[in-house]
Amino acid sequence: MTERVGVYVCHCGSNIAGTVDVVDVANWAAEKLGRQGVIIAREYKFMCSSLGQELIEKDIKELGLTRVVVAACSPHLHEKTFRTAAKNAGLNPYLVELASIREQVSWVHSDKAVATAKAKAVVSGAVSRVIENRPLEEIKVPINPNTLVVGGGIAGIQSALEIANAGFHVYLVEREPSIGGHMAQFDKTFPTLDCSACILTPRMVEAGTHPNITLLTWSEVTNVAGYVGNFHVTIKKKARFINEELCTGCGICQEKCPKKVIDDVYEAGLGYRKAVYTPFAQAVPNFPVMDKENCTYFIKGTCKACEKFCPTGAIDFNQQDEMLHIDVGNIVLATGYDLFDARRVSNYGYGRLPNVFTSLEFERLSNAAGPTSGNIVLRDGKTTPKSVGVIHCVGSRDKNFNNYCSVICCMQGLKFAHLVHERTGATVYNFYIDMRTAYKAYDEFYQRVLEEGTLFVRGKVAEVTNAARNEREKGKLIIQVEDTLAGKQRRIPVDMVILSSGLQPRKDAKEVGKMFGISCSMDGWFTEKHPKLDPVSTMTEGIYIVGCAQGPKDIPSSVAQGAAASARVLDKILQKEVALEPIKASVNKEMCSGCRICNGLCPFNAIAFIEDDKVTEINPALCQGCGTCVAACPAGAISGTGFSNEQIIAQIDGLLLRNLEVQEAV
Amino acid sequence: MNKYLLYPGCSMDSSAKAYMESLNSIVEPLDLHLEEIEDWNCCGATEYLGINLIPAYSLIARNLALAAKQTSDTRTVVAPCSACYLNLAKADYYMQERPTLGAKVNEALAAGGLEYKAGTLDVRHLIDVLVYDVGLDAIRKAVIHPLSGLKVVPYMGCMLPRPDYQHRWSDHEHPTELDDLLRALGADVIDYPLTTSCCGGHMTQIGPETAFELIHRLVSDADERGAQMMVTVCPMCQMNIDAYQNEMNHFFGTNFHMPILFFTQLMGLAFGRKPNEVGIGVELVSARNALAHIGVEVPVTEEPAAPRKKDEGLPMPRRWTKHEGKKEAVK
Repeated sequence: MTERVGVYVCHCGSNIAGTVDVVDVANWAAEKLGRQGVIIAREYKFMCSSLGQELIEKDIKELGLTRVVVAACSPHLHEKTFRTAAKNAGLNPYLVELASIREQVSWVHSDKAVATAKAKAVVSGAVSRVIENRPLEEIKVPINPNTLVVGGGIAGIQSALEIANAGFHVYLVEREPSIGGHMAQFDKTFPTLDCSACILTPRMVEAGTHPNITLLTWSEVTNVAGYVGNFHVTIKKKARFINEELCTGCGICQEKCPKKVIDDVYEAGLGYRKAVYTPFAQAVPNFPVMDKENCTYFIKGTCKACEKFCPTGAIDFNQQDEMLHIDVGNIVLATGYDLFDARRVSNYGYGRLPNVFTSLEFERLSNAAGPTSGNIVLRDGKTTPKSVGVIHCVGSRDKNFNNYCSVICCMQGLKFAHLVHERTGATVYNFYIDMRTAYKAYDEFYQRVLEEGTLFVRGKVAEVTNAARNEREKGKLIIQVEDTLAGKQRRIPVDMVILSSGLQPRKDAKEVGKMFGISCSMDGWFTEKHPKLDPVSTMTEGIYIVGCAQGPKDIPSSVAQGAAASARVLDKILQKEVALEPIKASVNKEMCSGCRICNGLCPFNAIAFIEDDKVTEINPALCQGCGTCVAACPAGAISGTGFSNEQIIAQIDGLLLRNLEVQEAV
Repeated sequence: MNKYLLYPGCSMDSSAKAYMESLNSIVEPLDLHLEEIEDWNCCGATEYLGINLIPAYSLIARNLALAAKQTSDTRTVVAPCSACYLNLAKADYYMQERPTLGAKVNEALAAGGLEYKAGTLDVRHLIDVLVYDVGLDAIRKAVIHPLSGLKVVPYMGCMLPRPDYQHRWSDHEHPTELDDLLRALGADVIDYPLTTSCCGGHMTQIGPETAFELIHRLVSDADERGAQMMVTVCPMCQMNIDAYQNEMNHFFGTNFHMPILFFTQLMGLAFGRKPNEVGIGVELVSARNALAHIGVEVPVTEEPAAPRKKDEGLPMPRRWTKHEGKKEAVK
């Protein structure tokens, strides 16, 4: 027994000490685990405090400790703290082990005696394990200073601009023909009622003309390989059928194109575009794209009206999709959201009753650049509604659809009420479950809309129907709702219904997440590293998530996240190199049978099969040490550094207190 | 060939005789083979489950046990009645989901030498198998006399699409199976927002005013939309709207004449059957005028007038109507 182990038991205030007798645990460790090498065991109120750390550092130096066990919180929280302390005292940081007696013991038990016994076992396991730990060195890799931003909505634009302004190159990839995202569809933004386009388009132009930004619209990422600092990304630049060098963006092709198509994306299905089009006047870039599915020439082989009239000869029907390969060091995902499909709530009649609109449809209806030039009218295109009902929480906070709150819908409903009231003078009803107007100046806006005379009915709407029961209801949409404040059922006839639909993850969020090696929550939003303290990072180093891709949020929060992720990216770039955790899996080539079972399992794409040798190899820079392959290997050929069989078995023996039995037998 | 075990249910033999007759008339053109469950019993309708759970489930499960025993080369039970369908599906689902319930029900069944392992049968409604197994194409092919010009509202009733244990229906609030089927027959289908609204069920017996209100909503809306008739899949709905329409009219002082037929009756007509072969003519609100629009002549059956009862005792006051109630309140 040559190792000299120190055990440090933390009270964590009353977090641990309230349920675990920490003094008993420390005394027990000193007494019973002495033969294992424990030469000192202490308890302290807050081990993570600087005094606590100093205690450990002092013991390492003075008692010559060669191993340290800290019984405290989960390693997620403070492993780094104690490793750094060990390093400061000259001990290899990987010879420190955390025993989680808070998350796994005190927080989940109430019986003090049982919890204390369990804490002892966990400490015993950590001691047995730490003896088997080997000193490891961090791996350092250089960082490519270029950054990829996926998604050109306001979050992505913000992120790209921040990095570009700091002097580093950004590739901004957008799936649609123009950047701008959902914000470009809105007329006004809550709570200040700024014109959405007026505040957005300067940013779009800046992103489009910035010398440090390569704008790739009508493009999609198709493959991602590599790891933090060194990602290799393949981007499909879809054929625009427009020569960007020659096109001046004059718009004659759009004018002359004879094919009218319903615009499901930008106009939310409420307006038309041509087969060759720029989605809106301020589009960036201003080159149109040709929609191959709807173009008469591509369908019938004749037409080419655009080509005949183009003054610069920029139309090119032979253009092909292009595959671009770029190398970047960091990736920011700003892929946004889809609107909840309101047809799923069939009792609200969307898709069946003409004058039921979704929130995005209403945004276009109220937009001066929209299909009605901002006139709020019914689906017949001319009648101004005299009464309008706004239904909140459509598809959100509903166990039949999405459990979560979509955050923006309350404020959005208030904005709609204000716009309808201002432009038509109609009576507006808001049907809500709870009004959620948190954040700066939001509740003031609610008060303002209340004072304007909008009527609020608290209750979840049961149905919207056109089955009238009396003369008053004839020809109207009737909203059947339980008014929970008045305590009765009401039927409110209105001319127009607006469904404040919720937000949901992009249809392909799961596949996109898989491509970038990050995971989605139960609801399908990308999962952040820590919900409170690290909301823009992911469990994959070098991949960041911003805006609604991470969860529903409003414009200010999306912009804040975009900027936050840029700060993280710049931090990485300026370090010039990145230290990778040395906890990696490696393959024993002698034992590998080449069965390839592990190949498809790696969530980080770190495993490659070497055809020549017929064995599998793991890229240590890519491996995040998750251990999936280690567990899966039928030949036991893969072992995890930091998680060797010896370490795991020793830990299990320790947990079961077999180490004590052996000692006692001896 | 589409083969099924048939659970007819009590009403098919009495109030919904027309449903059974018309079902028999479409079996052959659609190549349907329905094998009746032997010795089946009442499903308990909508009431029994509210009174005593275990005996009610046992009553239903006895039918499932018999069907499972009988199974030759099909494991699908078809019920034409919405209440029967719901009860059978409910028993099958809850016996599986709640093992204690399943055990108790099986204990009861064991007394009769039966047992039922929940989940071994598929319980489906007639219109479900017609739309999804037989298929609209096959139905379209069998149509000889399209119903074009007949304006109908499809009325599914409330029991069919909810709670939908096995995810069989296109939608729970506004299912379109009946719309699609009627369209396949060539009828002019009017979108009916009340397609899954309640007809009042047995409220006609215990709280007629409530039932009249519900029937009034259904009938007046169908009338407002210009429907010549309502079409249903449920014996209970058919009976309430047909048999209580007159009383409802009396109660509200209205004068609606809205016939309601079973969808199978229209299928039979479209497949070339005569009205009397599909049970047309026995409905209380006659469909004669509605069917005249599509050239179907319903022969007049002269019912012998019931012998007049001699007045005995003193005359009763006239029945109270809501209409009168209002007038009195004004005074």
